[in-house]
Amino acid sequence: MRKLVEQIEEATILFAGDSGDGSQTIGAQMTETTALIGNDVATLPDYPAEIRAPAGSLAGVSGFQLHFSSEQIHTPGDLCDVLVAMNPAVLKVHLNKLKPNGILIVNIDNFARRNLRLAGYEEDPLEDDKLTKYQVFRVELTQLTRKSLETTQLSVREIDRCKNFFALGMILWLYNRPMEYTMKWIKAKFAKKPQYIESNILALRAGNTYCEATEQFAVSYDVKPADFEPGTYRNIEGNMATVLGLVAASHQSGLPLVYGSYPITPASDILHGLAQYRNFGVVTMQMEDEIAAVGVAIGASFSGALGVTGSSGPGLALKSEGINLAMIAELPLVVCNIQRAGPSTGMPTKTEQSDLLQMFYGRNGESPLPIIAPSRPFDCFETVYEACRIAVKYRTPVIFLSDLYIGMGAEPWKIPQLSELPEIRPDFAVSIGTRNGFEPYLRDPGTLARPWAKPGTAGLEHRIGGLEKSDVTGHVSYDPENHERMVEIRAEKVARIADELPPTEVFGKQEGGVLLLGWGGTYGAIRTTAENYIASGLPIAHVHLRHLNPFPKDLGDILQRFKKILIPELNSGQLLQLIRSTYLIDAIGFNKVQGQPFHVFELESRIDEILKEIGHVSP
Amino acid sequence: MRRKRTSGIPAGVPTLSKKDFESDQDVRWCPGCGDYSILAQTQRIMPELGIPRENIVFISGIGCSSRFPYYMNTYGFHTIHGRAPTIASGVKMANPDLSVWVITGDGDALSIGGNHFIHLMRRNFDVNVLLFNNRIYGLTKGQYSPTSEQGKLTKSTPLGSVDRPFNPISLALASGATFVARSLDRDANHLRTIIKSAFEHKGTSFIEIYQNCNVFNDKTFFQYTEKDTKADNTVVLEHGEPLVFGAEHDKGIRLNGFQPEVVATTNGEYSTEDLIIHDQYTEDTTLANFLARMSDTPDMPHPIGIFRSIRHPRYEDMMTNQVRTARERMGDGDLEALLNDGETWTVS
Repeated sequence: MRKLVEQIEEATILFAGDSGDGSQTIGAQMTETTALIGNDVATLPDYPAEIRAPAGSLAGVSGFQLHFSSEQIHTPGDLCDVLVAMNPAVLKVHLNKLKPNGILIVNIDNFARRNLRLAGYEEDPLEDDKLTKYQVFRVELTQLTRKSLETTQLSVREIDRCKNFFALGMILWLYNRPMEYTMKWIKAKFAKKPQYIESNILALRAGNTYCEATEQFAVSYDVKPADFEPGTYRNIEGNMATVLGLVAASHQSGLPLVYGSYPITPASDILHGLAQYRNFGVVTMQMEDEIAAVGVAIGASFSGALGVTGSSGPGLALKSEGINLAMIAELPLVVCNIQRAGPSTGMPTKTEQSDLLQMFYGRNGESPLPIIAPSRPFDCFETVYEACRIAVKYRTPVIFLSDLYIGMGAEPWKIPQLSELPEIRPDFAVSIGTRNGFEPYLRDPGTLARPWAKPGTAGLEHRIGGLEKSDVTGHVSYDPENHERMVEIRAEKVARIADELPPTEVFGKQEGGVLLLGWGGTYGAIRTTAENYIASGLPIAHVHLRHLNPFPKDLGDILQRFKKILIPELNSGQLLQLIRSTYLIDAIGFNKVQGQPFHVFELESRIDEILKEIGHVSP
Repeated sequence: MRRKRTSGIPAGVPTLSKKDFESDQDVRWCPGCGDYSILAQTQRIMPELGIPRENIVFISGIGCSSRFPYYMNTYGFHTIHGRAPTIASGVKMANPDLSVWVITGDGDALSIGGNHFIHLMRRNFDVNVLLFNNRIYGLTKGQYSPTSEQGKLTKSTPLGSVDRPFNPISLALASGATFVARSLDRDANHLRTIIKSAFEHKGTSFIEIYQNCNVFNDKTFFQYTEKDTKADNTVVLEHGEPLVFGAEHDKGIRLNGFQPEVVATTNGEYSTEDLIIHDQYTEDTTLANFLARMSDTPDMPHPIGIFRSIRHPRYEDMMTNQVRTARERMGDGDLEALLNDGETWTVS
């Protein structure tokens, strides 16, 4: 029978199973293939903190959602067209994410009484009437995988671990995607264990053939490539883009990179990534704790390297004393905070934007620091590069405030040309400068940056430290006026960064109506929402801030131009507080603190209300 | 890459004097503080090390001793409480050619910075740690410290401290330190010799310096440092020599089973041949541990000198090697190739 292929614009798939079922692996492979054939794609891995929670339990459900399209997209999708459920627990956790009439593929081999009990089902949910609103496909995924691999020498246990590729084979068939990229990946991945190359490829093909032979699915789907700007693209996760941005900044500045870190979810991938690049002169130091991790980075900066440290909220709490030292010592330092849900240990594998005020204020004394936030996975590259540039130019720690959602999410990235990267000039002090000898706090009159004199430079021997220093000379000083002057200078130095920021982009309506003001990883949801309204002719605008401290100079004027300012954040209203106090403006917050990103429909329901208040009705 | 160190002063390095290492800042320790002597001996020994002043970095934490870098006319960084080892590690890693010195105290190194201290020891960066042990918190005006003897009466322990003290030498040995020594603020010659040996050691060098705080804990070490009692209460460690001490050189340390004991060497029962012969170069730490424990044992003399000095690979060398090997194997980093790594596609 000829395969019926229906052209669709976009699709969202959620793979889910036990932590050990390999949903993350096949999700990443589907993403890779989909990106390579030219769709725009966005992903959301959602996995438990436990490495292997008890099999079949609700706590152990690990999911990977991807959204791909022939149009530009910004989010991993609200609801799914397809849910691949490897066990009953998945239904309990994720069935509400499946669209009506969506495709539900279940591995019925995992629906025995014992599995149902583990998931807390009294009755078999597959017999439930509620499922009639979905297209349910009951597949003996385990048995079929075993059968297709019976010629191999592998144990049953090993064979069962290949069933994720059987499922992927089915999905590749359903969406008319080639298997070649996945096969290539399997070959590279298991180069040292060739027996698994054969078995995983067999399972992949078997899943594909199963769909072809059984004609289970009446139609298959195709999503045409999206319209991308000309250029070379690759698929990239946010944390990997951060790694590449740091390596690029080191390479372009000529400063060797020293990365001090302590393992923590979800920042560890930056440490793992950087550790691969010794041939770029990158030194990674896994230290005894978060404090030591920032300490080595500060020491490296004092020595004339690019000192960088990275962590997540709890780690930042421990680093705050060190960051404050680098602030008063006025040394370049880049601090990456990949936010997760707090407070305290919180929910380590869930996303949140709740460290903004911690980064603003979480240090003793007056301690202003530049804070910049990437908006999407690929933006991590440019943003962390910018953090390095500011740190070096202004001799200050800079906070790079990413989050789990973009750190672990992936999307296509147009690879930049090296010539597009801004210059980073260390401009080390080399000569004494004045008749009074070397003065470590004699500043550049424009940027207020102090000289960076690295040990080994003859004649510039000097002492710095955490005690207040006298302006210009850098001697320890308890002089009251001097202290106040130094507090003001340090604030002014950070404020002057705004002088070089580009004009703020206002997307959509340029004045009147509702301005959606966001920052960080909520970009995708807010932009999609704004596009939807704008397409319906409603007065909506979107401004997404990269620079949170200092704010862009034109932001105040922009805020004045709109009737309503809505600030959606994955916290209880932190940017909201800053905007209200800085600009004395009656901005409104829209807040979600569930460890999950915004859905577009959530934003829309709030915006509809606000539009109604100002006399517009959403169609 | 590494600057070769020789005992003499290399050609081209101008001859420096103690004065060249004194900064223009007034020294502000209490009059009579043991820190003055340590500063003076350090400034005196620096010209003999044969390295240019600009290649020397002093890093400290917080406490009285940690003001030290401000008084040295070298590069210096007065950091935060307990964290000097971490910052020193970063400085050394980023530029292994520098001569890096950590100045710390008993509270800074063993209380708030205890974790960093032990990890610095095990990593074996080529840095030199001078721990000024005065068994008290001075800068905060007199609370007991992690080396204060149990029962110590201080402002924070009016009924006596209940904590048992750390033995810094034992802690350093247990952490895998490759150079462990003890000296005295009031023995200028010994202190200079030990500082120089620490400098010459290739790896982390740890010196515990008994230092008098004449304001909050006066005379705590006087029985080990003062002329009339010193000889009977300390034993000077010399590699290859028997452990003999006493004003009349008439006492020695012998191992009785697993217990060091003091014996007389003049009454005919024991001779110097029965005594422990010091071996600072042995890989095994058993002997060094015996010696370290002596200062926890009542009526035993406190050893001063070098407990242990062994060669192990240095962290910075191993890391630099990884960078060099990676460059040899994969070539110098090519950023354009890196950005375009993996599966890419082109849209035209």
